Amino acid sequence: MLKYILLRGLLAIAVAFTVSLAAFFLLNAATDPAQAIAGEDATQEVVDTIRARYGLDQPMPVRYAQWLGGVLRGDFGESYYWHKPVAELVAERAGVTITLALAALGVTILIAIPLGAFAALNPNSWIDRMALGVAVSAQAVPNFWLGLIMIILFGVMMPIFPVSGDDTWRHFVLPAFVLGSSSVPAVMRLTRTGLIEVMGADYIRTARSKGFRGSALLRRHALRNALLPVISVLAVQLGQKFGGSVITESIFAINGLGRLALESILGADIPTVQMLIFVFAIVFVAMNLVADILNAALDPRIRIG
Amino acid sequence: MSKLLEINNLSVWLPLPAGRLHAVRDVSISLDRGEALGIVGESGSGKSMSALALMRLLPQRAEQSGKMLFDGTDLSGLSDTQYAQQFLGHRIAMIFQEPMTSLNPVYTIGRQLTEAAVRFGGYSQRAAWDRAIGLLDRVGIPDPRPRMSQYPHQLSGGQRQRVMIAMALMLEPELLIADEPTTALDVTVQAQILDLLTDLRREMGMAMILITHDLAVVTEQTDRVAVMYGGEMIEDGTAQSVMAAPAHPYTQALLRAIPRMKGAPRRLGAIPGTVPSLMQPPKGCIFAPRCDFVQEVCIESRPPEIGDADHSCRCILTDDIRPAFTPAEPINNHHIVLPNAEVVITARDITQIYHSRKGMFGPKHEIRAVDGVSLTLKRGETLALVGESGSGKSTLARIMLGLARPTSGTVEMLGRPVADLAPLERASLVQPIFQDPYSSLNPRRTLAEIIERPLVLRGDDDTQSRATKTREAMDMVRLPARMMYSYPSQISGGQRQRVAIARALITRPEALVCDEPTSALDVSVQAQILNLLQDLQAELGLSCLVITHDMAVVHQVANRVAVMLNGKLIEEGNCDSVLSSPTNDYTARLLAAAPQFRPELLTTQEATA
Amino acid sequence: MTQVENFSTTAPEEATPLTPGQLMRRRAMGHTGFLIGAGLILGLTLIAIFAPLIAPHDPFVQSLSSRMLPPIWSEGGSWDHLLGTDQNGRDYLSRLIYGARVSISIGLGAATIGMLIGVTLGVLAGYFGGWVDHGVSFLLTAQLALPGLLLAMALVFIIGPSIWVVICIIGVLHWTYYLVVTRSATQRIRNLDFVAAAAASGATPRQIIWHEIVPNLVSQIIVIFTFELGIAILAEASLSFLGVGIQPPTPSWGLMIAEGKQAMFYRPWLVVLPGFCLFTLVIGANLMGDGLRDITAPEGRN
Repeated sequence: MLKYILLRGLLAIAVAFTVSLAAFFLLNAATDPAQAIAGEDATQEVVDTIRARYGLDQPMPVRYAQWLGGVLRGDFGESYYWHKPVAELVAERAGVTITLALAALGVTILIAIPLGAFAALNPNSWIDRMALGVAVSAQAVPNFWLGLIMIILFGVMMPIFPVSGDDTWRHFVLPAFVLGSSSVPAVMRLTRTGLIEVMGADYIRTARSKGFRGSALLRRHALRNALLPVISVLAVQLGQKFGGSVITESIFAINGLGRLALESILGADIPTVQMLIFVFAIVFVAMNLVADILNAALDPRIRIG
Repeated sequence: MSKLLEINNLSVWLPLPAGRLHAVRDVSISLDRGEALGIVGESGSGKSMSALALMRLLPQRAEQSGKMLFDGTDLSGLSDTQYAQQFLGHRIAMIFQEPMTSLNPVYTIGRQLTEAAVRFGGYSQRAAWDRAIGLLDRVGIPDPRPRMSQYPHQLSGGQRQRVMIAMALMLEPELLIADEPTTALDVTVQAQILDLLTDLRREMGMAMILITHDLAVVTEQTDRVAVMYGGEMIEDGTAQSVMAAPAHPYTQALLRAIPRMKGAPRRLGAIPGTVPSLMQPPKGCIFAPRCDFVQEVCIESRPPEIGDADHSCRCILTDDIRPAFTPAEPINNHHIVLPNAEVVITARDITQIYHSRKGMFGPKHEIRAVDGVSLTLKRGETLALVGESGSGKSTLARIMLGLARPTSGTVEMLGRPVADLAPLERASLVQPIFQDPYSSLNPRRTLAEIIERPLVLRGDDDTQSRATKTREAMDMVRLPARMMYSYPSQISGGQRQRVAIARALITRPEALVCDEPTSALDVSVQAQILNLLQDLQAELGLSCLVITHDMAVVHQVANRVAVMLNGKLIEEGNCDSVLSSPTNDYTARLLAAAPQFRPELLTTQEATA
Repeated sequence: MTQVENFSTTAPEEATPLTPGQLMRRRAMGHTGFLIGAGLILGLTLIAIFAPLIAPHDPFVQSLSSRMLPPIWSEGGSWDHLLGTDQNGRDYLSRLIYGARVSISIGLGAATIGMLIGVTLGVLAGYFGGWVDHGVSFLLTAQLALPGLLLAMALVFIIGPSIWVVICIIGVLHWTYYLVVTRSATQRIRNLDFVAAAAASGATPRQIIWHEIVPNLVSQIIVIFTFELGIAILAEASLSFLGVGIQPPTPSWGLMIAEGKQAMFYRPWLVVLPGFCLFTLVIGANLMGDGLRDITAPEGRN
């Protein structure tokens, strides 16, 4: 089991670095950072000076190696835009995004799982239809539009929750709802089909033949098997919330990593973008790893092989 | 004393968008304490549905009617909860066909064995645990105590079925229902499980309902037999009288369709037509469309039940006008050996090694799927390759087809090494027939496209000649030409197997390699296909390698037989000599384990019991 | 197939009288969700194609004198500009209508690119297994780990926001769903006997892949395509909203929402209407996709 985790961990790190490599080359190949820093009107001299100063005249593989070396020391470079170490920028804002992501996950779990479970246990009933309706609608709603609608509703019509800033817990309610609702369709469907499949399985028939019915049957035999795949998907969804925070944070004026991402892109701040891509990738693969570990812990077929 | 179980006029139907599916129609069963009843039928006969109705395990949408009495109590008066708590597990228990999936994978064996006893049976955890260990021992699980903390995936199929049996017996039920309990298991394991059930039954004075499609099993294991067809019970009585002197034409035809293990091989009786749709139950006799003795009155109204308590059947043919049950004529003795025939395929010293590792970093295991096997297939003969699961027979078949390359050893076809042959050349020498008619044909292609594909690949013929050859091939396998543009989903399992045979033969290969060609088919359909294969072999001078686990099939079709165990070839020889006096212990066990279908000996069995 | 649950080991001897094609057509006609979805998609596509004929004005024509005119239901509205005008005096209704062109064309283009990449990789990985499969799996995890929106934003911003760049970038970042499904389907089909029979008849891997495997993948690929269509449309809208997608003056619904954001508190329809159009288009695609899944593989349903 330990070997399993180790191997998956190594794989995860390899993936994260591959991602960073790809991003590095793409971002730096498509543009001339020196030009971006200097601004549109700068003379060629200024551009060249900047290029030399930031070491941008070196060949790409060398620059990537330098960046990599810095990362291993904890140094992610300096932001072209804010003129601060990138690592500092990220550290300042990470907490907010982590809170938002966890809150959004909470929203997803609270809505999607009970809905999916009820739908599965009452197939073709009104609740089943409603659940599917919710899934189909939620999938079609543009995330940013939902955010704006929320702002119109709660900013103007019913000012219960604040729509801007990130000071109190109340500020997180609407953004968490908007961010969380994007995962609801997938998780709900997974819960529903998973539970339906499990209820039709042979071992459930065996349990029923021993006298188990109703809620006892569900609790003892069905839920654990049905929730196994859901738990891993939730872990992965949490990882994806970081990337998904860009839109939500921008709309609700939350100073987290997502907003930082948008601002640095619009400011052509490549080191920051580079680090954010790397961080988001690490978060995703870490969550993947957590999902693998949970799976192994809960499923004796993997644990004992 | 009242009967233990009485089911009167049970009907089960499923409302579907297209109409009602009548799975069970007007079935009546009765069972004494301690008695064993075998319910026999092919697919679609409704045998499993009847049992599920009794256990209240039918699908949600299903509806039923009829009266069920258990030990005098009317079961329909009980609510689901009452029934579940008082009867299920306690007084009536059931074991199912698929041991691999019938146990919950995330809980230990111990927990699954004891939970019902603790929750419903009033046992303490300790007492239930001890009883479970005792039962595991009784059902033949070695070293039961540590097993209790193991998980289902750590046990083999046979072991899991034993655990299921132990689980069913925890609360000492009065009736055990076994739905095809051994069909998914190897022959030797099958015999052990069935014997175990019989012993337990006698020890505990338990009644049993054994549901199976295998008439041989029923002959050996039960007191009474009920035959089901198309949802109806068409014959029932004591095992002895039903099997020795079947009254209903269907039962007679079924008995004629089964290959035997002793005596001269006979041409298997095939039943023309197919099982009727269960959506529109006919006014008259359900078997009428396929019956050789059908009369006007059979189609107009449902035949009455005739006979007595010991043997009754639903047919208009009374004792005096019914034709006597005669077995078919023996065919030319297929066991003639052809000594100087040319060799078509030679396999020399074939070894196939697979490497597997447990988990990501576990130690590497070497698995010898095939271990130093040498075989020859001579022209015009049928060589049967026998073995249980894991014996390597399918791997060897693929190697002899040229589809897999062995780790070491050579295969020669007509003297030339397979490795030297181009794929198309090899294709014209040997062709396969597979076991599962549902995966043998591409669901997205028409039958014509499927059958002519080998010709298209060869590229010799033009559209016109391909069409002609396809028609000829369909003719050869007795399929109507109008089916050419149908899709596989529109035809039955037996018809699909015919299409597979037509495809294999369209390039007129020298040899056929058939991997369990009839195991997935109903008995009556199996008979049709075996007859067809034998006819084609005679017509075309084919050499056949038939892989099977069924000794009766071996006896029916083979000239020579080879037996495999754990990758090694342990016995080989002429069919007659191997089957009558095997030299190897394992072969003897295989032969002994196969359920014997010898109704003529039932009377002697009774006398010595 | 009239047997509901298979209780016997043997193959049921029953069969349906209709061809698979006829069966699917019949199921399609009876499936409300599919019909609604297909109707919406068809309708919006027709609107997009015939936009020049339907739209009352040219969506690019600016008129400083008629800026911010109110829509028909407010005071001062007129039939000339049913939905009023935007901050540059362009007719809002016409921009909405032309917006369909942007969304649909980008959606189709990106979904196609994703399909070509994902299906190719999926079939290769599923058929050949071994190192090919390992390599593709690694690529898949890397792709999933990539924060797509972020990278898309960055690339579009850097390379330049033309419509083709947007299509390519969205397409290249959205092939994972195709890969996952085609890979597992190919693996499953590869183990079926008719593939072995084809090999025994002398077919080469290429012949097997094209003749035996791909026809069995088509219906699943179409289902995924419809879902990816919706995803691509929303991706473009998000990019345009954030300012790193389609640039003005081209009418993109996402862009229109961004433009309307400033005035959204007292002119909420500027935000609500384009969003609603997006919602309609994507829900049409999703309903169609769900319906197609039910039609082509009803055994997958409960």
